[in-house]
Amino acid sequence: MNPISSDFSRRTARVAFDGAIHTATPHPQSLQLADGRVLAEDAVVWLPPFEVGTIIALGLNYADHVKELAKELTVTSKDEPLVFLKGPGALIGHRGQTRRPQDVRFMHYECELAVVIGAPARNVRAADAMAHVAGYTVCNDYAVRDYLENWYRPNLRVKNRDGGTVLGPWFVPADEVPDPHALTLRTLVNGRVTQQGTTANMVNDIPALIEYLSSFMTLQPGDVILTGTPDGVVNVNVGDEVITEIDGIGRLVNTLVGDDLFGI
Amino acid sequence: MPPLATLPSTFPRLSGVVYTTLLNHRPQLAALGDAVHAAPYKAPPQHPVLGVKPRNTLAADGDALVVPAGFDAVGIGASLGLVVGRTACRVSADEALSFLAGYVLVNEVSLPRESHYRPAVRFMARDGYCPVGATVVPTSDVTAPDDLGVRVWIDGVLVRHTTTGDRVRPVAALLADVTAFMTLQPGDVLTLGAAADAPLARVGQTVEIEIDGLGRLHHPVVAEGSVA
Repeated sequence: MNPISSDFSRRTARVAFDGAIHTATPHPQSLQLADGRVLAEDAVVWLPPFEVGTIIALGLNYADHVKELAKELTVTSKDEPLVFLKGPGALIGHRGQTRRPQDVRFMHYECELAVVIGAPARNVRAADAMAHVAGYTVCNDYAVRDYLENWYRPNLRVKNRDGGTVLGPWFVPADEVPDPHALTLRTLVNGRVTQQGTTANMVNDIPALIEYLSSFMTLQPGDVILTGTPDGVVNVNVGDEVITEIDGIGRLVNTLVGDDLFGI
Repeated sequence: MPPLATLPSTFPRLSGVVYTTLLNHRPQLAALGDAVHAAPYKAPPQHPVLGVKPRNTLAADGDALVVPAGFDAVGIGASLGLVVGRTACRVSADEALSFLAGYVLVNEVSLPRESHYRPAVRFMARDGYCPVGATVVPTSDVTAPDDLGVRVWIDGVLVRHTTTGDRVRPVAALLADVTAFMTLQPGDVLTLGAAADAPLARVGQTVEIEIDGLGRLHHPVVAEGSVA
């Protein structure tokens, strides 16, 4: 008999297994369903770890990434936060496959801390903002730079592609993350570290983002803020395994696949 | 249980996801003139220019449009909403209309702005800035979606009378070009986009919009912080 282990962590995932969708929790052998079954990581299909509402993303929110892109920018990070929105079709879970169009030269990952809203927020001041955060997860928010156009940039063709926003594996409750602004982010492509940074380098930190966003829109439970990525974005190719990880939050795996799987 | 054919006429249920199309009216792009070749744009748009109206923006007939401090008016964007009826991924223009369940009236409300460079979420995604009509009109009842009359009244005066025509991408072409890179699901709404020169409605005024066959939406315009 497998004891139901809630003492390990209150982290949760949503997985599909054996014909149904389940809530899972971490287990020393990988994960455990709420009904007690203990399973290997590759025995389940991982879904985004919570019911996602509005997807809000930040561009240019790390000082080093702004410097990296400086040659092609006409603005600086001193301007208003660069916010863009995405639709639910962009989402895909841990261990999923993302299509890389064959005709592009530069498609890159972006390792980001995803902040999940837990209580409605409207006109919330920065000093009070963290009380509206339910928790965190890891996001890999792919971009196809070849498709950038300077109209409402970044345009949806770059940033709202099917399966281009990877989320998971775990939803981590806020009280398990003492300081979300002291986390190391890292991306590995085929096992080699290509991106590394710290959430300490956000231009607009989480309270500032919640104050800004809630000044014009009501944030609701399940809404998620993708807080931007540090420097170190490089092109990735079909067949590459891309791991975006944030210490203390999770390790999110994705594999790039080609057009042929989609009949293109 | 009744057969599917007897489901109520309110079917389909909207998913709550609304994508808006920007700069789709030819006169709006034409009015930009050579600016489309200058910084920051550097080239005319090659693919559909889209925005997202998230769930906080959804509103119904009669709801107030709220103008924040620093502004005295909102732009009124009467727009044709294309309601998706079945999953649409990489559809051709020839078959695009068969993926729609119907049409719905949408008001693409936004704060006035000059630039089209950044996503302008603060201007377009404010609470209540996407009123949607109560009725989805079946495609079979709308024979010419690219030639529907569109009217905007402010305080009862007709201030704008255009049509759904003269678009960079008419309905079928828009669906083809958008689903080339993102899948639309049943209940999603993609708008055709409002006409150029969106009328501005000031605090204290009442707005009414209409598209032929799709009904009307009316809204008072109020200042933020005022008692409704």
